[in-house]
Amino acid sequence: MLKENNKKTLMSFGSDLFYSFISILLSLLIGAIVILIVGENPIVAFKELLKGAFGNKTYIANTLSRAVPLIFCGLSVALSQRCGIFNIGAEGQLYLGAMAVSIVGLYSSSLPHFIAIPFLFIVGFLGGAIGGFLVGILKSKFQISEVISAIMLNYVFKLFTSFLASGPFTSGETSVQTIKLSENLNLTTLIKGTKLTTSIFIALFFALLLYIFLWKTTSGFKLRATGLNETAAKASGINASLLTLLTMCLCGGLAGLAGTSEVLGNYHRFIEGFSPSYGFTGIAVAILGKNHPVGVILTSLLFAILNSGALRMARVTSVSSNVVSVIQSLIIIAVAAPEMIKVFRRNKNAK
Amino acid sequence: MLNNLFSLTAKLTIPITLGALCGTISERGGVIMLGVEGMMLFGAFFAVLGSFLSGSAWVGLLFALLSGAILGALYCLFCIKFRGHQSVIGVGLNMLASGLTQVLLKSIWGQEGMSSFVSTIPNIKLSFLKNVPVLNILFYDQSPYFYFMIIIVALTWFVFYKTKVGLRYRAIGDHPLAVKTTGVNVNKYRYVALTIAGAVASLGGSFLSISYNNLFVADMVSGRGFMALGASIFGGWTPLGCFFASTVFAFSQALSYTVKLNIPIYFIQMIPYLTTILILIFTGRRAHGPEALGKLVD
Repeated sequence: MLKENNKKTLMSFGSDLFYSFISILLSLLIGAIVILIVGENPIVAFKELLKGAFGNKTYIANTLSRAVPLIFCGLSVALSQRCGIFNIGAEGQLYLGAMAVSIVGLYSSSLPHFIAIPFLFIVGFLGGAIGGFLVGILKSKFQISEVISAIMLNYVFKLFTSFLASGPFTSGETSVQTIKLSENLNLTTLIKGTKLTTSIFIALFFALLLYIFLWKTTSGFKLRATGLNETAAKASGINASLLTLLTMCLCGGLAGLAGTSEVLGNYHRFIEGFSPSYGFTGIAVAILGKNHPVGVILTSLLFAILNSGALRMARVTSVSSNVVSVIQSLIIIAVAAPEMIKVFRRNKNAK
Repeated sequence: MLNNLFSLTAKLTIPITLGALCGTISERGGVIMLGVEGMMLFGAFFAVLGSFLSGSAWVGLLFALLSGAILGALYCLFCIKFRGHQSVIGVGLNMLASGLTQVLLKSIWGQEGMSSFVSTIPNIKLSFLKNVPVLNILFYDQSPYFYFMIIIVALTWFVFYKTKVGLRYRAIGDHPLAVKTTGVNVNKYRYVALTIAGAVASLGGSFLSISYNNLFVADMVSGRGFMALGASIFGGWTPLGCFFASTVFAFSQALSYTVKLNIPIYFIQMIPYLTTILILIFTGRRAHGPEALGKLVD
């Protein structure tokens, strides 16, 4: 019986993988058509894209570093979806986390590096968790759809952090940003002259942590049970609304870590609008990664390759780097509507 | 200054109201609509493209309407026929709009960020109102879009509450299966409604590019689509509610542009979002909107 079940999951995993693969191919194909339409050679463009992502050591390191915030945001969204919630608020939560780190960091420059870094990651996690908590409490206490409240709160958090960066903690320069943190708090760079820092290990560590939590602990089991069937979970004695609240705190925290890793590893301060919508890309990452930590890591890498290669492609050819967000959005749409490919298949079979 | 504030409010209300109507029209039929931002952005882009290619802003307006209608129908296709995760399709559409408009922008005008200037829809000047207080703020020198908005709000209200089609459509949003058993083709209603909703949102976007401005700027909708969603909820998924809620959003936007207060601008900009959340808290369970939001019917 158990074996049968395992076989079934394996098969559905296989077909999931197949559809994800087809979706990516389809999206790349449409991307190529767009490049053709704007009058460039798609093969040349994609070649430059790959060169930009893998061309030399520096390129590879920068590509990997781009995956870090995506992994954190992807894990955040994946965790929420496992619990049957849709965390569209990662964007706002990561700003909160980044701001928390940028402020607390100002007062912890005297701490030794190896204490300060874990401490600030906890601070960033808590900062993001506050954002998640608000969404969670609105959902569990007032039954407000998390999608609506998170969209509203995204703006509130963004505006609030901008206020902090422009007023109380401003660096006083023309751009809205906080005071630069002491160098003592910079994450260690792994390859000189690149943006790749130890944050990638922290991201992988959290992916592992999430896997253990979801599949090896009772709380994780309850969380997944609630996500699969809330009514059944409630009937078996799971306190679903408390679980929702806690899950949203964790989701917010994970998104907050995306902000933390960007501040400590990349900007060393809070800068208004620093995130090129990592939070929303995180949704794509989670969905394409089937809400599984390993899937999230792989898709984060894929998206990081596209993003970092796009810069070179835009420099060498006349194609805008935004063609990559076209491809990514098509992947999201295709993966979100898996029936599309099935419908085509059915029609073919009918003939 | 007060005149300035009110006339700006009137102008800024237009795109938000039209976006909110898009949300209300689709969600009353049970389809979750998070793609308003993207539809508005496509509308803004195609309006400028049409105006650029033909030299006439009215052709631009037609382009915008067409693009919105096609997007609306496609949105429905993905949500209903392909049974997509509706919220995610919306997020995807927003990303697609942001990316694709910038790719096309660069290839058509050869520069990043903004298009060249195009001809715009001329304002309607009612010169006899020039010296009438209050009315002159709203009507003396106003974009035709202001009248379009009023007409569309009124029409939506009329269709929703005064026609059989509207009654059926609203029923679809709450109990699609019950409506289906009476022999109504639920999905056909949804396709038609979404096509219209898309066109309305794109019209709102085109206001920004060929009436309020005279060019397309990357991501120029800048969150108005999400504001519109807030307004749609804030307004209780009703056409008139959309209009009034959008006015609140527009007023706080206008306030942050025109008035120098002691309160930081950021807090003023927060008002509409916080208000939406507060209203949802106080109306609580009643503010749930259409009951069958996101439910499909074969």
